Amino acid sequence: MHTRFLTGTSIASVPQISTVWSINDVLETIKVRWSVGRMNYKVETGLYAVGNPTEISPVFVTANFKLTFDHVRRALYGMDAWLLILDTKGINVWCAAGKGTFGTKELSRQIKLVNLDQVVNHRKVIVPQLGAVGVSAHEVKANTGFTVVYGPVRADDIKAFMNAGMKATKEMREVHFSFWDRLKLIPVELAYGKLYLVLVPAVFLIICGLNRKGYSVDLAYQDGLRSVLILLIAYVTGCGITPALLPWIPFRRFALKGLLTGWIAAILLMLFHFLGQGILENISWFLIIGSLSSFLAMNFTGTSTFTSLSGVQKEMKTAVPGQIGMAGLGVILFIVSKFISL
Amino acid sequence: MNGLVYLKNVVTLELDQEKCNGCRMCTIVCPHAVFEIQNKRAVIVNRDLCMECGACEKNCSEKAISVRSGVGCAAGIINGILRGTEPTCDCSGSGSSCC
Repeated sequence: MHTRFLTGTSIASVPQISTVWSINDVLETIKVRWSVGRMNYKVETGLYAVGNPTEISPVFVTANFKLTFDHVRRALYGMDAWLLILDTKGINVWCAAGKGTFGTKELSRQIKLVNLDQVVNHRKVIVPQLGAVGVSAHEVKANTGFTVVYGPVRADDIKAFMNAGMKATKEMREVHFSFWDRLKLIPVELAYGKLYLVLVPAVFLIICGLNRKGYSVDLAYQDGLRSVLILLIAYVTGCGITPALLPWIPFRRFALKGLLTGWIAAILLMLFHFLGQGILENISWFLIIGSLSSFLAMNFTGTSTFTSLSGVQKEMKTAVPGQIGMAGLGVILFIVSKFISL
Repeated sequence: MNGLVYLKNVVTLELDQEKCNGCRMCTIVCPHAVFEIQNKRAVIVNRDLCMECGACEKNCSEKAISVRSGVGCAAGIINGILRGTEPTCDCSGSGSSCC
């Protein structure tokens, strides 16, 4: 558990937190953005004090993912407020709400657990709007007597929201997915492959040693390194370049976007004489790069902020068989190309 | 939403206007401005922008909205198929991958 952000204790011995990030917070954020220790980055649940809150101070609710917690407390800079942290198992508000851990039950439980009705004399809790996926405002009201006020989507808008008398503009209510938003998420995408990032290139390296006369370690090294680099380019095209350029790539289906960028990458490689040696190997590479990039791009639906379950299911019905077929055929042709020169 | 629109005519969102009491909650919780209030009743104005998150259904005290909510996530759907469950991301517990 992380506790370095504590600065003291407030009334009713509630821990008081800092609204400024330390160097450590910044370093940890970078680490987590790269997927390091991301699944165990939590803060203690319960009630915290920001500044010197009293019984009339607002109560903000958030998740116990430290990245989330850090953004919220930073947004509360200069305010006197209460911060109620729900147990979301270290997951952000939106994802946790989708799972129900950031939900009616946990919010009601925490309100009672910290005796919120004795801490404040008003009956309002400000819940991030994206928490509405798991929180039912009218049920929380029935359970606890507290009215749920949905705050803005982004913590950065909290101050403006409060200054406007707890009113969010249309802009504050909408989820965006800007170029910068997407860039911040790409490191986690790149880390997605994990063990496969070593295994798949290794298999290709071994295949590359095959030839008509038997096996050649020299050939495995020579052709293999090129193959590994091509695979890596396909990987980055699928889960790095495609997400970054998402709205500017034609097609609505993510799998098609990935296929297109993959093939563009393949064409570029061919122009620079870096793809296959002969037609057969080139065709195999188009199939392999296309399927890999398509699959990885399709996976970005989960990270994106606007894809529906029904839509992704529809897309996958044709995309997945296509990807498997292309990849299978591609690998077979690749092996065959080692024995037949066309 | 410059270019960030997903497939057309796929979402399961339904609104029963007869039940709507005009409380505006759906316009507040929807992250993609799918609803608007017209003549004191909710209407769906941007159907194809719906991502089936389910926030509107959950916060409609009159049960006027229904949507089959879930994760719009290919990895989550594959996860569900492999485990024989609903589509789910591996966010909580011991899993190391996440949405």
